[in-house]
Amino acid sequence: MQSKISISNLDFYYGKTQALFDISMEIPERQVVAFIGPSGCGKSTFLRTLNRMNDTIPIARAEGVVKIDGENIYAPGTDVVALRRKVGMVFQKSNPFPKSIFENVAYGIRINGLHKNKADLQERVEKALRDAALLNEVKDRLNSSAFGLSGGQQQRLCIARALAVQPEVILMDEPASALDPIATQKIEELVVELKKQYSIVIVTHNMQQASRVSDKTAFFMLGKLIEFNPTQKMFTNPDERLTEDYITGRFG
Amino acid sequence: MSQTGTIGDKLFRSVLLIAAASILVIVAAILYMMVQNSLPTIERFGVGFLTGREWKPAQEEFGALPFIYGTLASSIIALVLSIPISLGVAIYMVEQAPKKLARPIAFLIELLAAIPSVVYGLWGIFVLAPFIRDYLGVFLQDYFGWLPFFQGRLTGIGMLTGGIILALMITPIITSVVRDVLEAVPTTQREAALALGATEWETTRIVLGNAASGIAGAVVLGLGRAIGETMAITMVIGNSAQISISLFEPANTIASLLASNFAEATDKIYMSALIEIGLVLFLVTFVVNALAKLLILKVASGTNSAKHA
Ligand SMILES: Nc1ncnc2c1ncn2[C@@H]1O[C@H](COP(=O)(O)OP(=O)(O)OP(=O)(O)O)[C@@H](O)[C@H]1O
Ligand SMILES: [Mg+2]
Repeated sequence: MQSKISISNLDFYYGKTQALFDISMEIPERQVVAFIGPSGCGKSTFLRTLNRMNDTIPIARAEGVVKIDGENIYAPGTDVVALRRKVGMVFQKSNPFPKSIFENVAYGIRINGLHKNKADLQERVEKALRDAALLNEVKDRLNSSAFGLSGGQQQRLCIARALAVQPEVILMDEPASALDPIATQKIEELVVELKKQYSIVIVTHNMQQASRVSDKTAFFMLGKLIEFNPTQKMFTNPDERLTEDYITGRFG
Repeated sequence: MSQTGTIGDKLFRSVLLIAAASILVIVAAILYMMVQNSLPTIERFGVGFLTGREWKPAQEEFGALPFIYGTLASSIIALVLSIPISLGVAIYMVEQAPKKLARPIAFLIELLAAIPSVVYGLWGIFVLAPFIRDYLGVFLQDYFGWLPFFQGRLTGIGMLTGGIILALMITPIITSVVRDVLEAVPTTQREAALALGATEWETTRIVLGNAASGIAGAVVLGLGRAIGETMAITMVIGNSAQISISLFEPANTIASLLASNFAEATDKIYMSALIEIGLVLFLVTFVVNALAKLLILKVASGTNSAKHA
C-alpha cells in the first residue's frame, strides 16, 4: 500500500521543552491509523504537525520532514492554507460556527470557491451532510442554528464541514470522547465508511475504539513512538512490552 | 439566600443588602428630584420643549432640539471615526500582535482612558482647532467643499472639532472592551476556520462573527460615553444653539449646555428647563448603557458565541 504521509525524524518543541522525539512513520492511503498512548504523550501535538495547526502557537517549533504526497510541508514557501484544505481536521470538542447548519457546511466551500453556482453549493452541502450520516436528521432545518443540534450531531456536522472542502486526509483528535455510546458508535461507523475515500488518522483513548476502526495503530509514550503495527497485531501480539502493558491496562 | 449562620453572618448580610439597596434608592431619588424640579417646564411646554428650535432664556423660550441634535451629531461623528480605529487596534492586539507588543499597547490604551477630559479639551483648543482651521478644514473644503457638510466659515471651533475630540476619548474604551470580547472567543473557533483552509482575514471574520453582539455592546458603551461627555466638548464645540448641516459651524450639546449655564440660571423656569434637558440626557444615557451591558453580557455568557452542547 502506498503511503500518503511520510514522516521522518520529526522533533517538536514547545519553547525549550521537547514534546516529540525523532518520530518516523508512514501513514498509508485510504486506511485508518489510530494513535494511542497515555495522556500528555504528544498524540495531539503529533496530529497537529500534520496540518501545521501548531503554527498558531508562537513558541512551537518542528524539526524534521513531513511529506504529503511526496512534498515536504515544512519546506519554506509551503502554502499552509492549501495544505489545510487538503488535510482536514475534526476536533475533540465539536466547534460549529455560530451560523446555520447549512452555512456551517457551506463555509469551507465558499472560502475555497469550490462551487460553480447556488445549486451546486446546495448539492455539495447536502452531499457532505449525507456522507457524514447527518442529512436525514437535519434536512428539514438546514437554516436553523447549529447550536440547536445535539452533541453527537454537532460533531457529525463538524465532520460534514470538513468533508465539504474535499480533503484527502482527515485528522481526528478524540472525536467521540465527549459523546455517549450511541453517538460514538455512529462516529465509528462513519470513520469506517469514510476510509473508502479518505486517509484517516484518529487519536483515541479508547482501546476498543482503536481496535474497531483502525487498520494500523501507533502507540506513543513520553513523546516517542514506541510501536507502529497493524492493529490486529498490536492488540494480540505486540512487539513491545510497553505496548502490551498499556493495552492490557497494566499502567497509565 | 440561605438564612443559616451566626448572628454575625446575619448582620453581615443585612449590611450588604442595605448597601445594594441604597444604589436603587439613589437612582430613584435622582430621578424623582429631577422630575419634580422640571415640572414647571414640562407643564408649560409639553412636547414642544423637545421639538422647539429656539433657546432664549431671557424671553422664557426653551426649545431643546439644537442641543439634542448637537449631542447626537457629535456622538455619531465620534463613532464613525472611532469604530474603525478601535476595531483595527483590538483585532491587531488579539489576533496578530506578539504578546510582547500587545501588553504595552493595552497599557497605553488604559493610559489614554485615564487622561482627564479637561486635558483633552485643552489639547483640542490649542492643537486640534488650529490644525483643523489651517489644514484639515482647508483640505476638506478644497476637495469635498461641494458637500454641504464642509461649507461655511472655518474657525477651527465647531461640530467637527467636537466630534474628533469625542472620538479620541471613546476610542480607548471601545478598544479595550472589543479586545476583551475578542479574547473571549474560543480558540477552537479560530482553529475550525484555519482547518478548513481559511486565510488570516477569513479567520478573523469568523472571530468577529462570534463577537458581534459584544462589539455592538462596546460601540454602544462608547456612544453612552460620548453623549455624556461634558468638559472637553464644551471647550471646543463653540456653544451655540443652532442646527447647521455644516460640520465647521459651532454647535452645542446637552451636557455642555448644562455645564456652562447652570450658574447663571437664577429664575425658576430657566432652572426647570435645564433640569428637564438634564433629565433627557439622564434617560438617554441610562438606556444606552443598559443596552450596551446587555449586548456585552450576551457574548460573555455565550448566547451568541460558540458554546458546546
Ligand atoms: N500549547 C502548549 N504549550 C506548551 N506545552 C504544550 C502545549 N500543548 C501541549 N503541551 C505539552 O506537550 C505535551 C504533549 O501534549 P499533547 O496535548 O500532545 O498530549 P496528548 O497525548 O494529546 O494528551 P491527551 O491524551 O491528554 O490529549 C504535554 O506535556 C503538554 O503539556
Ligand atoms: Mg490530546
